[in-house]
Amino acid sequence: MTQNALEIRNMNKAFGANSVLRGIDLDLPAGQITVLMGANGAGKSTLVKIMCGVQTADRGTMLLDGQDYAPDSPHAALRAGIVTVHQSINDGVVTDLDVASNLMLDRIAAGSGLFLRAAKLRAEAREIAKAVGLVAPMTQPVALLSLADRQLVAIARALSHNPKILILDEPTSSLSDAEAQRLFTLLEGLRAKGVAILYISHRMSDIRRLADSILCMRDGVISGSFTKAPLDYSGAVRAMLGHEMTEVDITIPARGAPVLELSELRLRAQSRPFDLTLHANEVVAVVGLVGSGKAQLANTLYGVARPVSGTMRLDGQSYAPKSPAQAIARKVFMAARDRRSNAIIPDFDIGRNFTLPFTRRHSGFADLIRRKSEKALAARMIAEMGVKCQSHADPILSLSGGNQQKVMIGRWMAEEARLLILDEPFQGVDIQARRDIGARIRVQSAGRATLVMVTELDEALEVADRIIVICEGSLKSDRPNRDIDLATLMAEVADSPSEVVTERQRA
Amino acid sequence: MSVQTRLIDLAIKFGFLLLMAGLLVFFSITAPGFMSPHSAVFVFQSVAITGILALGVTATLVVGGFDLSIGAVATSALMLSAYVMVVWELSAGTAIVLCLLMGAGVGLVNGLLIVKARVPDLLATLGMMFLLIGLQRIPTEGRSISTGMTLPDGTVARGTFSEFFLMLGRHRIDFFIERLIPLSVIFLLVVALLVWVFLEFTRHGRLMYAIGSNAQAAQLAGVKVERYKIAAYMISGTLASFGGVLLAARLGRGDVASGTNLLLDAVAAALIGFAVLGAGKPNAFGTAIGALFVGVLLQGMTMMNAPYYTQDFIKGAVLVVALVFTFALSARGSRRV
Repeated sequence: MTQNALEIRNMNKAFGANSVLRGIDLDLPAGQITVLMGANGAGKSTLVKIMCGVQTADRGTMLLDGQDYAPDSPHAALRAGIVTVHQSINDGVVTDLDVASNLMLDRIAAGSGLFLRAAKLRAEAREIAKAVGLVAPMTQPVALLSLADRQLVAIARALSHNPKILILDEPTSSLSDAEAQRLFTLLEGLRAKGVAILYISHRMSDIRRLADSILCMRDGVISGSFTKAPLDYSGAVRAMLGHEMTEVDITIPARGAPVLELSELRLRAQSRPFDLTLHANEVVAVVGLVGSGKAQLANTLYGVARPVSGTMRLDGQSYAPKSPAQAIARKVFMAARDRRSNAIIPDFDIGRNFTLPFTRRHSGFADLIRRKSEKALAARMIAEMGVKCQSHADPILSLSGGNQQKVMIGRWMAEEARLLILDEPFQGVDIQARRDIGARIRVQSAGRATLVMVTELDEALEVADRIIVICEGSLKSDRPNRDIDLATLMAEVADSPSEVVTERQRA
Repeated sequence: MSVQTRLIDLAIKFGFLLLMAGLLVFFSITAPGFMSPHSAVFVFQSVAITGILALGVTATLVVGGFDLSIGAVATSALMLSAYVMVVWELSAGTAIVLCLLMGAGVGLVNGLLIVKARVPDLLATLGMMFLLIGLQRIPTEGRSISTGMTLPDGTVARGTFSEFFLMLGRHRIDFFIERLIPLSVIFLLVVALLVWVFLEFTRHGRLMYAIGSNAQAAQLAGVKVERYKIAAYMISGTLASFGGVLLAARLGRGDVASGTNLLLDAVAAALIGFAVLGAGKPNAFGTAIGALFVGVLLQGMTMMNAPYYTQDFIKGAVLVVALVFTFALSARGSRRV
């Protein structure tokens, strides 16, 4: 049995009333790659932040090589030998400086001398670069490097600290295949040297290649731990997504006429084109992991992103929105994900947040706003959506997360839509609000097509008539929400063809 | 609600109005003649031009921007109107139209720089300010413009400021007392009313506030964010050039040294406006009160014979206090909710 480089016991962390980590126990064995999986909001990033000293835990202990470890700053974590390479690569490099300066940055920052000895620095930097297989000239500004090379710079910089533990957060999300292979070789070399690696990813191909063990997080707890070969990949996905089934009572209504027809649509340059038709009256859930192309599909339909190729038709007419305003003009609405940054107007009260997209409906002569009409709508929507508040004039931020979300969704339910897109509508809401919102989505679905993007399977099963799985930017499967075989669905979401093939690959 | 929180609420809401009332009482006691109709009118007149500029800045503050070029736009309009009438010998109407077009044009360029070229607002409008300060002096090689001046090419300018044009800045309307209210004060009131109604009661104003609060969310709700931002800078530029026209009409010559304080006074008025009635956000009513506050302060101090440099100091101190009112106290208020 290998030794544990890091042991975490009973770690808890809450932000206000929101418990993010609830009793996490975690071991990182030296010389092994541990994969951490978890949907958005599962608590992964908080866990990592605590490990690398950005935040402190409310409760719990960490042992680093058997010693108590409680970093009070990122610098303390670095000195103790815990190094993190973040998802957004530019956090790890200074783009205006050249490669050598970046590699030696920590040395320079900590240095005592007034002047830099450029030649000596460059020579040392070259050594470090060689160790990770980085071939870029030392004098080149990092801004001119490819993303993959920048990441190597960040990793090389991390390695110059001789880390005991290396944490990588979705490192392959912006790499090509060849670049990812180079990274994997590097990580395998580090593993052989005895470094404990925590690898956060959702890409099943990466996980199959690298993982010695898999940990799954869900709602702030470790929901699954897989340490014995052969690793149960489908089980891991199940533990991450959860499927504690609630009573599902969906009666699929009669399909109406086609509303949205996508043909040969290609979301990314490398992804396979696909066709998809959405009909009136139906609620379609799109399931996919982070980075599967779910968000991209929503953005493309709403005019925020453009498809690489292919055509879209709405009610038989060609549809190519260049902005949300144009999409709205065609009666395609979208309640965006991450309400705090994409939907809420924090300075506005509840009523004004409701009426934001359709102020024209409430204005008359000289575009003056008719307060009465606005108030009437707010009152109607508060009642329909079941928003718990004192009055429509309450500040939006005085509401709980679930009630805020009801306002953000009710905003788009106030008008008749042809296509209503709800991108992660259940993100950060409590179970009751989730039920309420799901019920509203179904009650009002007649006449329009509804597309709901979700990460968790329960949510899809609760709300949809039809479930679509998206993977690597393309459509993977499409089935009615009736007698669903969960195991197959899980496997599709996790992109594993089947158990048999998986076993063969490992052999 | 405890007594303390209630007191803080009251302080946020009425603190600045109380401060202004206190100031009025203080000056009426210490500066004889302060509480007279003519003194009041003088305050209004000094406030008129800064007030109009401040209302323009308010529009840009509402969309989350800032316009540092207003002072330079105003002085450019001052020089342009003088040049049009004195050198080109064209009519007052032409001068006014050209000035307003120039202001709108500068606003358009500011807006495009910020929205399309993605230059940060402070830097874009700062650059524009320097550009205009230089540009307005090129045609006359840095000299002021007045009838009878010799131009760089040796000819003598024969045009004059027309009576009609001068009237805009100098005429006073009878109101109980003969020749009491200056025309420019009427302009200020009209502009303030228009901007107030526009921002508070039309859907365009509503959407502009939405942009200032969360531009990304506004964009995703279908608001044409770029257009509204450009419009805000055009409003600001146009109002600033109008202020410049009034300044030219008051001075009667294209004076290169005038208008140096316009930017700071207008910005101070708009920022003080945040604190009025605890709005905590840019608003036309607050801006008007803010401009009045600055005017009262300066008039009172002038009547007390305070030297000009202490006036700048006091103005700065008042601005800092107003900002504390807005950000520290009201942030505490909203966190409690």
